[in-house]
Amino acid sequence: MNRSLRGSLVTLVTWVLVLVFFFPVFWMVLNGFKPESVASSVNPRVFFTPVTEGYQLAMDRGMQGYLLNSVTASVTATIIAVVLAIPAAYALSIRRVKNVEGALTFFISTRFMPLAAVVLPLFMILKELNLLDNVYMLAIVYGAVNLPVTVWMMRSFFLEVPFEIIEAARVDGAGLGREIFRVALPLVLPGVAAAALICFIFSWNEYFLATLLTSSAARTTPPFLGSFVDGRGQFLAVLSAAATIAALPVIIAGWVAQKQLVRGLSMGAIK
Amino acid sequence: MSATELDTVEARTATDDKRVNTKELRTARGLIFPAVLFLILLTQVPFLVTIGFSLVRWNLLYPNDRGFTGLSNYASALSSGDLWPSIVATVLITAFSVVLSVVFGMLFAVLLDRQFVGRAVARTLMITPFLVMPAAASLIWKYSMFDTNIGMLNWLARTLHLPVVSWSTEHPLMTVVIVLTWQFTPFMMLILLAGLQGQDKGILEAAQVDGAGTWRTFTWITLPHLRMYIEIGVLLGSVIIIQVFDPVAILTKGTGGTKTLAYLLYERAFIGLDVGQAAAYGVVTVVLTLIVATVALRTLFKVFMAGGSR
Repeated sequence: MNRSLRGSLVTLVTWVLVLVFFFPVFWMVLNGFKPESVASSVNPRVFFTPVTEGYQLAMDRGMQGYLLNSVTASVTATIIAVVLAIPAAYALSIRRVKNVEGALTFFISTRFMPLAAVVLPLFMILKELNLLDNVYMLAIVYGAVNLPVTVWMMRSFFLEVPFEIIEAARVDGAGLGREIFRVALPLVLPGVAAAALICFIFSWNEYFLATLLTSSAARTTPPFLGSFVDGRGQFLAVLSAAATIAALPVIIAGWVAQKQLVRGLSMGAIK
Repeated sequence: MSATELDTVEARTATDDKRVNTKELRTARGLIFPAVLFLILLTQVPFLVTIGFSLVRWNLLYPNDRGFTGLSNYASALSSGDLWPSIVATVLITAFSVVLSVVFGMLFAVLLDRQFVGRAVARTLMITPFLVMPAAASLIWKYSMFDTNIGMLNWLARTLHLPVVSWSTEHPLMTVVIVLTWQFTPFMMLILLAGLQGQDKGILEAAQVDGAGTWRTFTWITLPHLRMYIEIGVLLGSVIIIQVFDPVAILTKGTGGTKTLAYLLYERAFIGLDVGQAAAYGVVTVVLTLIVATVALRTLFKVFMAGGSR
């Protein structure tokens, strides 16, 4: 077979597979704009007059409140994780504490600890302290869950800072604060942004802890979506609209941070 | 990071260590302390409490009947017949999902590593399933794909005159595996794609010149090169999927051999209100994860200390 023909054939196959793979997302977005009767019809329709009925219904169910809680929880968690991770990662890369490997193992093994192992005591303690269903408490827990990944990722960025720059700052008599925040940090700002995005993505999508540690006032979007499971009657349009809104922030964040995504997912091991 | 850079890091540490005085070490420890304390308070301490709970007879329905029972929660976990099927479900779901997503991830990584029209768009579309909120993904699959009436899979089956399948009741395990595979294929693809891009193009060209076909080049040169990346993908994927809860809760509610450890614990604690028993399941989950994580850890360190992107 001719070389260029073979090439175009592979390209064609690639595109078909990619589109098949992407189809559920496409279908979700499309269904969100259908009238309920069309969305829940046995015969799928690609052409229809788009309506915002589904979005309206999702908002009528109070979705704004859940979204707001999700924003509060994810943003607060991200701030906590990044603020605690920067000095720790700095110490593990440039300042060099004793036994770096031990400290790194501590962080990573914490990341690997199943949430199932900690959720019961957290639940009981928060219940005693009357802090269940508190969105900031959820954020603190998310901060802890995401901290190890953030430390590892930030460390991999700090390791790329040329040591001469730090040394020059020290010679100039820069204090520790200046050394970290005025000299090193500006050089790894893209890294901070990438780590923050990873924290945000994980926190925004988290379902298990959100289901157990919140009930109404602090309920976030994932358990709200989960409540559709027991729905009766036709609800595919409103479900699709709600799912689209819920998924959109992370999809956009992920698209923007595409280049950094793999680094975050591998905790800095792969660039 | 390249080997030479790594050498500089090592050299830097060596010269640094000589000059390091106790004050500087204390500063460094001070920098790391807040993060460590925070993690100990929120994860290590609760885990110890979980171990404590697992040794106690404690059902919230009978608050007055509470006391130390030693290992009887573990004994009854073993004898109740719930634990073993749950371990099997967790292992099966994790193994199938990880293997399938590596296979598909490899396929897409190879296809998307080529130069072609719209490659950036194709990549962007491909990573999307991983980004979709897992709860949303499970719901979308449950209703708009798997459903017997309005699901697209069954629409396709009807169109092709094949029998309609009630996915979540007839093939519950497969249902969960399909959704997880769909979500984790992009994860594996990204990792493998990074591996493919780090490949020495000269060697590939040399192989072509020597007359090695595409398939031989792939199995003899590319696959061995990708080994480390496959390992990272498999291990990270396993550690995440072993805790799987969302798709089980939404797609099957633990029926039909899909009751993973995380779901079993949830059911026992928050529906059955048996704290002691649930804690025992929590500890078992940790042990299972520990086995996988120890291997994962070793690999990650090997990769990290070897310098990352090679």
